[in-house]
Amino acid sequence: MKIHEFQAKEILRRYGVSTPRGRVTGAAAEAREICAELGGRCVVKAQIHAGGRGKGGGVKLAATPDEAFAHADAILGMQLVTHQTGPEGQRVRKVLIEEAADIAQELYVAVTLDRAAGRPVVIASAAGGMDIEEVAATRPEAIHREPFDPFLGLLPFQARRVARRLRLTGEVAGKAAKLVTALGAAYLDTDASLAEINPLMVTGSGDVVALDAKMTFDDNALFRHKDVVGMRDLAEENALEVEASKFNLNYIKLDGEIGCMVNGAGLAMATMDIIQLEGSSPANFLDVGGSASQEAVTNAFKILISDRAVKAVLINIFGGIARTDRIAGGVVAALRELGGVEIPVVVRLEGTNVEEGRRILRESEFDFVVAETMADAARKVVAAVKGAG
Amino acid sequence: MAIWLSKSTRLLVQGITGREGKFHALGSRDYGTQVVAGVTPGKGGERVEGIPVFDSVEEARQATGADASMVFVPPPFAADAICEAAAAGIELVVAITEGIPVADMLRAKAFLRDHPKVRLIGPNCPGIITPGQAKIGIMPGHIHRPGRVGVVSRSGTLTYEAVWQLTGLGLGQSTCVGIGGDPVNGTSFLEVFQALARDADTDAVIMIGEIGGDAEESAAAWIAENFSKPVVGFIAGRTAPPGRRMGHAGAIVSGGKGTAAAKIEALRAAGIQVCDSPAELGATVAKALGKA
Repeated sequence: MKIHEFQAKEILRRYGVSTPRGRVTGAAAEAREICAELGGRCVVKAQIHAGGRGKGGGVKLAATPDEAFAHADAILGMQLVTHQTGPEGQRVRKVLIEEAADIAQELYVAVTLDRAAGRPVVIASAAGGMDIEEVAATRPEAIHREPFDPFLGLLPFQARRVARRLRLTGEVAGKAAKLVTALGAAYLDTDASLAEINPLMVTGSGDVVALDAKMTFDDNALFRHKDVVGMRDLAEENALEVEASKFNLNYIKLDGEIGCMVNGAGLAMATMDIIQLEGSSPANFLDVGGSASQEAVTNAFKILISDRAVKAVLINIFGGIARTDRIAGGVVAALRELGGVEIPVVVRLEGTNVEEGRRILRESEFDFVVAETMADAARKVVAAVKGAG
Repeated sequence: MAIWLSKSTRLLVQGITGREGKFHALGSRDYGTQVVAGVTPGKGGERVEGIPVFDSVEEARQATGADASMVFVPPPFAADAICEAAAAGIELVVAITEGIPVADMLRAKAFLRDHPKVRLIGPNCPGIITPGQAKIGIMPGHIHRPGRVGVVSRSGTLTYEAVWQLTGLGLGQSTCVGIGGDPVNGTSFLEVFQALARDADTDAVIMIGEIGGDAEESAAAWIAENFSKPVVGFIAGRTAPPGRRMGHAGAIVSGGKGTAAAKIEALRAAGIQVCDSPAELGATVAKALGKA
């Protein structure tokens, strides 16, 4: 689960991390007031769940409260496009108004999971403010990794080592070590999957401040973090994805034209891949679950078909535990509720009760394209789309 | 012989009184696995279709001589169940449960370091099957045939797809292991390959990976130096957008790491025949074994 910058800063402040003074608002007029409270100079920052906001025009410096108003007015409601939002961008509903910073130095620090080692790791770099992926690719030596024990937490000497690798000395190094320790504690306490400060700023007066902050959380651990769940912003998520999650369906909206319904995450990804291999592109990832019930299938079908970009549907079910006759029944039920659909629906069923499943499709009032194998299904659905186009 | 699981394995099921636990305990028994006990704290003394239920793994093991466990305990308690099985001396723990918090798995893995004889498979996996002998898991037994191809995978249904292709071509399987789709798991690809290398009943291996992490790359590096049997591979998620979790908790490209392209490159560099299409896995194995 993702949260906004202002929410991540709220969490980090509880652990003693310094952040610039400021407040979040959804109204441009209030942005003016907040700016005045902050002394007249401020930064207006769009709050969306995506990085790259500055380059997209979502972060502006204001020298006066009136300028803060003008920037907030322009940013609020805009479709902010960044490299992480996709071409349609993300609508900005809130801006964070913060005091303008006196930046002497920009650093990078984050805590995440080192999967191979099975331990959390601090990642730090003196090349802050930049795209850390790019730094990792071009100058890996500029990145320091400090794995630590999840039960002992980040030890003081490790925090000091991180500060040293950031080439900090004296009092500033002490403050940075304290901040990194706090970041590690926040990461562990909240079951985060990422806690990132980029840039971490050293001010002209030697303070160490989180200029930006990003946190994401382990979805599987949310049951024990009600406060974090309370920060979920459904407006930031794709409406179809939110709808799907109500039915425990795993749906991810993509850019292509073939709607996919598959059981199991691996097979769902492989189905997307084979569609591309055949020369088209998937409109979504949709895993109806290994033991897909008829109701789940009906809901899933309605959701994927409500995406207007979908020109054809591919249903690929390997019924192991999931019985294919039930899947077929669910698909037919969904089509009846919808009064039929005008686009081709290619169905590939395999596994338990497959004969019965295929019979249900054949004998229904709908024209399914029945495929024998996964490759056959992919070819047929792509041909259907190309034929229609 | 196959690996880790045979008809002499004695299985207990943790969480046997739950709907899924019961269903798959009976499914495993129907396939031929000796299911000797169930464990649900507070329900000791009950029976599930004739299988005795105990309050603890320790008691179940003492009473029945169980040496393997299948875990169906709900996510908040599943890591604890894994540790309980390990502490009781169970040597093979197969965790089916999906949705265990990463932090809980880190805790369980730390605990398992003090129990080096315990093999954990999963979590969030379909389990393990030695066709014709026994299965511990949720995979449909009837699609498998006894034979000489090993299968190792992070996925469930995609593994069934591969197995089905093999069976359709008359190629049976020695042992199929689902290592699970979570970012922190027990047995790795590498460990499965190390076991299959020693297994005289395995002639070739299908390896099914997916985006996220670098477990495929680590295995590939070892395979290049040490594994002489043919390996056919597939990596799911070429079309997955970065930063999105594709169903499995571990299937995510983050920070530019764990892409399908990088994995495919690493596998090919190790001499693994990577299929572009998941529909070609069976046929590629047949060709590698000279049976096409």
